[in-house]
Amino acid sequence: MRLLKLPLIAAFSVVTGSLILSGCSDPTAAPSPTDEAGSTTLMVSSANFPESEIIGNLYAEALKAKGYSVETKFNIGSREAYIPALADGSIDLIPDYTGNLLLFIDPAADVSSPESILSALPKALEDKGLSMFTPAAAEDKDAVVVTRATAEKWNLKTIEDLAAHNAEVTMAGPPEFKDRPVGLPGLEKNYGFVPSKFEPISDGGGPATVKALVDGKVTAANIFTTSTAIPANDLVVLEDPKNNFPAQQVVPVAAKDKVDEGAQQVIDAISAKLSTEELIKLNEQVSGEAKIEPKQAAITWLTDQDLLGK
Amino acid sequence: MINDMLSYFADAANWAGDTGIPARLGEHLWYSFLAVVAALIIAFPLGVFIGHTGVGKVFLVSASNVLRALPSLGIMTLLVLLMGIGLLPPLAALVLIAIPPILAGVYAGVANVDPEVVDAARAIGMKDSRIILQVELPLALPLILGGLRGAILQVIATATIAAYVNLGGLGRYIFDGLAVYDYGQVLVGAVLVTGLALVLDGLLAVLVKVFSPARLAIAR
Repeated sequence: MRLLKLPLIAAFSVVTGSLILSGCSDPTAAPSPTDEAGSTTLMVSSANFPESEIIGNLYAEALKAKGYSVETKFNIGSREAYIPALADGSIDLIPDYTGNLLLFIDPAADVSSPESILSALPKALEDKGLSMFTPAAAEDKDAVVVTRATAEKWNLKTIEDLAAHNAEVTMAGPPEFKDRPVGLPGLEKNYGFVPSKFEPISDGGGPATVKALVDGKVTAANIFTTSTAIPANDLVVLEDPKNNFPAQQVVPVAAKDKVDEGAQQVIDAISAKLSTEELIKLNEQVSGEAKIEPKQAAITWLTDQDLLGK
Repeated sequence: MINDMLSYFADAANWAGDTGIPARLGEHLWYSFLAVVAALIIAFPLGVFIGHTGVGKVFLVSASNVLRALPSLGIMTLLVLLMGIGLLPPLAALVLIAIPPILAGVYAGVANVDPEVVDAARAIGMKDSRIILQVELPLALPLILGGLRGAILQVIATATIAAYVNLGGLGRYIFDGLAVYDYGQVLVGAVLVTGLALVLDGLLAVLVKVFSPARLAIAR
């Protein structure tokens, strides 16, 4: 996801991110260099939105429980900020999303299927001096979402099914959805889906978009798959069999040779259990009514998944 | 960026149809007009009442300050979440920012009319309604127009927020441009809003001037 995130926040975070980075790229402030005794302090980081911070906390807390020396520096900004930070050693480990990460490194990359992304990504990262671990099944990507009532009325399973009702469909999404290749142009090319009207709402698939969909002001909306609004409002995510939206699996990205094999196994064990449903639940705890601290939500989840055992 | 903006302006396609520049200007003016009229309907009678009677001055000052401090985008987002998308949330946010300057102008204009003039009017047998309509309001006109001018400028500048939800207006260029990092298009919106505000302010300044000598003539 985050291809379609709030532009203002994006612009702002690039600025703040680079400010913070200019501070932490100071060599004296950088974490101590790797040594073979394994006494390295790992700097675990996250992008500037709650879900990333939750996953960053999962990594950090699990590593701590296994006896690793861990420091955290969360919310450092967008990809423009944290990829260079990984490369220069200011941070060592951060969660990212496969499709957008690949497109960030190589805008011309083939992202037409999850497999093509996963085969190209390791090489692309290596060229940048970075490495990735096993991606999780959890995926936070763009989706076309309708209400349960609409899905049942028209018997909808895929976006193609929705295209049969083009004339009756209005769609809400962030303004960029209208022009981005994966937005309306892609949906038209792949499925012949052309809504009769597009309603731009600049909250990145947030509450105003959800409200418009639930109130019936629009028939369909562009909402992210890990949005807590989907289970909360019993919304239906339409299948995307032609992969119009690039796969966005959660993937741990590390500075090369900074994270040893044991630590990698700890992280891989998290990825193995992290499904989209689990990620939605974690988001719900942090961003929903409960407002649990990301760190606390991470510890609870890791305990429940039996990942904190010594 | 400047070049992107200029080529956007130069492209004839951007001037045509219901998403063209004239259409967006029209929408922007329409939202602003609705907001200012609604604010006038609310603030004008209130301002006259408070100015004429002096009742509720403290209330006016504090309420007016509170309104000024409200963030328009926040208000609108809140209203969108309560009422859903549509014209009403941005309009309500615009009305709220238009009320304080109009209210202040009308109130100050009416309250500052020389009490001797009002006494004189009363002495020749004028009733309150005639005093308001024929004495106080004409004398207060420059200040009322000044308040109106401030309100219109604020509304024109803020009406860009309508594009945060599914509406048009010049904010469309800003929100759509930001969404795809097309800063040329953002600049198109910014320049048009600024230009519109300057032109309207010029016109209103002339209007205020035209009515000023009348005040002097009556006051003497």
